[in-house]
Amino acid sequence: MKRIFVKEEFCMGCRLCEIHCIVEHSKSKDIIKAFKIEKPRALPRIMVEEKGSISFALQCRHCEEPYCLEACMSGALYRDEKTGAILHHKEQCVGCWMCVMVCPYGVIQRDLNGRKVALKCDLCAGREIPACVANCPNQALEYREG
Amino acid sequence: MCVRQCAFKGHSYDPETDEVISKEELCVGCHRCVTLCPTNALTVRQNPLDFRPNGNWTPWAIRNIFKQAETGGVLLTGMGNDRPYPVYWDHLLLNASQVTNPSIDPLREPMELRTYLGRKPKKLELDYTQETLKLKTPLPPQLKLETPILFSAMSYGAISYNACESLARAAEKLGTYYNTGEGGLHPNLYKYGKNTIVQVASGRFGVHKEYLDTAAAIEIKIGQGAKPGIGGHLPGEKVVEDISKTRMIPKGTDALSPAPQHDIYSIEDLRMLIFALKEATRYTKPISVKIAAVHNSPAIASGMVRAGADIIALDGFRGGTGASPMVIRDNVGIPIEFALASVDQRLREEGIRHQASIIVAGGFRNSADVSKAIALGADAVYIGTASLIAMGCHVCQKCYTGKCNWGIATQDPYLEKRLNPDIATERLVNLINAWSHEIKEMLGGMGINAIESLRGNRLALRGIGLTDTELEILGVLPAGR
Amino acid sequence: MGIVIIGNSASAVGAIEAIRKVDPNLPITVVSEEPHFVYSRPLISYLLTGEITLERLYYRPKDFYEKNLIQPLLGRQVVRVNFDKKAIELEDGEKVFYDQLLISTGGKPFLPKIDGLHTSGVYTFTKLEDAKKILSILKEVQRAIVIGGGLIGLKAAEALRKRNIDVTIVELANHILSLTMDETASLILEKKLKKEGIQLITSNTVEAIHGVDRVESVRLADGKVIKAQLVVVAIGVVPNVDLFKGSDLHIGKGIFVNDRMETNLPGVYSAGDVTEAYDNVMKCYRTNPIWPNAYLQGKVAGYQMAGNRDYRYGGGFMMNSIEIAHIPTISMGIVNPPSKDGYQVIKKFDRNINVYRKIVLKDDVVVGALFIGDIDRAGIFTWLIREGIKAKGFKKQFLNGSFGLVSFPKELRKKRLLNLR
Repeated sequence: MKRIFVKEEFCMGCRLCEIHCIVEHSKSKDIIKAFKIEKPRALPRIMVEEKGSISFALQCRHCEEPYCLEACMSGALYRDEKTGAILHHKEQCVGCWMCVMVCPYGVIQRDLNGRKVALKCDLCAGREIPACVANCPNQALEYREG
Repeated sequence: MCVRQCAFKGHSYDPETDEVISKEELCVGCHRCVTLCPTNALTVRQNPLDFRPNGNWTPWAIRNIFKQAETGGVLLTGMGNDRPYPVYWDHLLLNASQVTNPSIDPLREPMELRTYLGRKPKKLELDYTQETLKLKTPLPPQLKLETPILFSAMSYGAISYNACESLARAAEKLGTYYNTGEGGLHPNLYKYGKNTIVQVASGRFGVHKEYLDTAAAIEIKIGQGAKPGIGGHLPGEKVVEDISKTRMIPKGTDALSPAPQHDIYSIEDLRMLIFALKEATRYTKPISVKIAAVHNSPAIASGMVRAGADIIALDGFRGGTGASPMVIRDNVGIPIEFALASVDQRLREEGIRHQASIIVAGGFRNSADVSKAIALGADAVYIGTASLIAMGCHVCQKCYTGKCNWGIATQDPYLEKRLNPDIATERLVNLINAWSHEIKEMLGGMGINAIESLRGNRLALRGIGLTDTELEILGVLPAGR
Repeated sequence: MGIVIIGNSASAVGAIEAIRKVDPNLPITVVSEEPHFVYSRPLISYLLTGEITLERLYYRPKDFYEKNLIQPLLGRQVVRVNFDKKAIELEDGEKVFYDQLLISTGGKPFLPKIDGLHTSGVYTFTKLEDAKKILSILKEVQRAIVIGGGLIGLKAAEALRKRNIDVTIVELANHILSLTMDETASLILEKKLKKEGIQLITSNTVEAIHGVDRVESVRLADGKVIKAQLVVVAIGVVPNVDLFKGSDLHIGKGIFVNDRMETNLPGVYSAGDVTEAYDNVMKCYRTNPIWPNAYLQGKVAGYQMAGNRDYRYGGGFMMNSIEIAHIPTISMGIVNPPSKDGYQVIKKFDRNINVYRKIVLKDDVVVGALFIGDIDRAGIFTWLIREGIKAKGFKKQFLNGSFGLVSFPKELRKKRLLNLR
């Protein structure tokens, strides 16, 4: 399946991926509205890790044998049969954080706006190229088979 | 985003007011923030604060005095001469065919930009039967260029590793050459050796057998257009691990290039070095000698050719630099247009023009400048600043600070990452391909189908807005004549 | 013939999904004494609070059996397994033959010896029926006693409290969650629980339950009597192995399985809370009745039964994620080092915001972790435990706010980012 890969040697920690992830997951999909009007502001599904001059963006790896899928006791996490992406039924989620506990990358977050549910990368379902990859100014994120 | 991207700390976030504040005095005008702002909310303008108008005491002159009064030091700067001297390329116009000789459509007809640099024999003798054609005259080593544009000398140290890699990869893809400058050659880049010109300069940094053997050609650097007559200085803090290894100097020590090459005080000395290098590489590589364009360049050039140089590189006073005293950059040297015309003329008159190719450098901005230079007598053109701009440089002239926000003129690992060689290589290739297309169009318009047919063809040029003396030096007729 | 699975929860689903990845046609029969479509037992506490409806209790979409070509025999009790004839015998006498059998009968509540335990109004809290029964009498309950301050007990207590019932937890140990937490953590949570209006009685136990038709009160070990209309017994679960006692199946507390989830009998596999499988932290075979292990063991058994012999169980260990009194908590592995020998504890407690993090290492390998209040990125530690990564170079950064993959040595990080599970 197509996945997002990071080239840490070219990530410059600008966090545009985070910004565009927020925009993509906002109601309006408009950067100004997403940041200035929409309350609560949409949350990014991508996180930028940084230490000194090292930085890289990280989001769900959409594993072949995902721990989160095994641990999810509500049945909210599932694999999309077409794309292979690990997706999340917000409605089914009870916020037990089993997925947070087992994700080896630590990329499943808690969405505490409203009903507590897990939050993760959906590979921008519907977009040909995920927003973070499309908007990385230095091609530090790659979307390819792997 | 803007706060994180500015290495000069021009932007800061104040959590108390939840606002981003810009400090105009820190802004260098590099446009990094403008380019990356996701909402296009930023612009950079000149600070409108003016001094009382004064024709002599311009704000520039006053501010420089302030700076020196504060520091007591030499004013440093980066990039090429930015003073408003005339640009003679803008006073030269190209010809085109009409009626009497047909123009050529480069999209339909073959058009050759390939050229060879190096010493040429006076005449060629051929052995030919009906089937075979054989060259009898032995041919000295040549550099084969698919387009008459090379990337000029920029050292690893002045520019980042990623920038060096990008230039090397682009040169390989384009079938041309890049130049290591005097910074040595990082072992990872040996694989681009057949597209590499290595420099032997006054500091002799990183010069060893493998370095010479790896290269396609060797260039002895006597001078540089941005700082004729003076040496170089890479501050110790930029001499990081990899650079210290590549330059073969201790980590953290200043890399000082002396003003002269201490073993070259005469043409005879130059000849000794040229032949020492030829011997060392068993006469397999052309040797280039690079000088800054100065008042008596024609005589020097003549001596260089007679000393055995296969290529002479002339660097005009608008040539760039990573760091140079401003007073030198702005006041020493002559325009490349004049140097080229007079050198070409002199070598022709002496009948030794075929013994060396001429590469010119110093502020080439577009394909028209390149075409005009070739018509004026050059074999090929070195581009430095233009290639940096292709990679992202916005000519803020702060190269000497090492805080290049575009990841080009820096060794800071945090900033260096900003230049992705994949992207930069593609952009360099795009630029040179675009220029090459344009050169073909211009050649076609003149009814010429090979770049070598344009070389030294000053009839293809006419001057505009030039004095008689300028026209005479350039060897071109005024427009309308 | 084909595969027969006894049980219908995490392990069963894990097995089914694994089998279908390998073989779309292998016949699978699922037998369960519960009449329900596959549902998530841990979610019954959410049902009890009213946070979710019955519909949301279901663990897989409604077409799960059809899509996976499962023959479900639900509400059918297995009374005997004839390992020699490879057949299971149902209550009504029907026999179902199998080629391969997966025993995933789960756990059952442990019932202590208390007088009056069978009085009406005394329930356990592990199955949908339990929740339904409690819900049915909820209106008549003003006060409830929860016996056991473990995870299930706390979830039950919280749910009841949300229903505006006065709840008292009676715990034998001197702190709640004594098995999965340490004292600091327990104290944080006890304080918060009290604030929520839940009463805690520790170092004490219920000795007797009084009431004629219905529960009326309980008597504690110290003689104290508390009025209550509902008693929830949540002392723990034990492997549900009753069916196999006296059989040839090798059983300790649970059914012993190897890294292929094979029992000692050919063609018979076991997975989930009923097993005793390898614990790669404790380095022994033991029960680890938690959801992720159950699913994973089921998955391994499924792959094995379908013929993918390479997919093995790398071991499991205790880990729990639970939110108590709005404080998210995660605990895993060895939280309280048994000795000082070779163990190292790195911890940080911010009293003001009730955030507590504790990492336990043995010989530079993480063997346990405890997160209270802030559980973000806890999974990285789970991974470190699971893989037994030597953390000598970066353990100092464990409690930094910015701890992440960026703290790993470059080689480890690169490997991590490129090798997906």
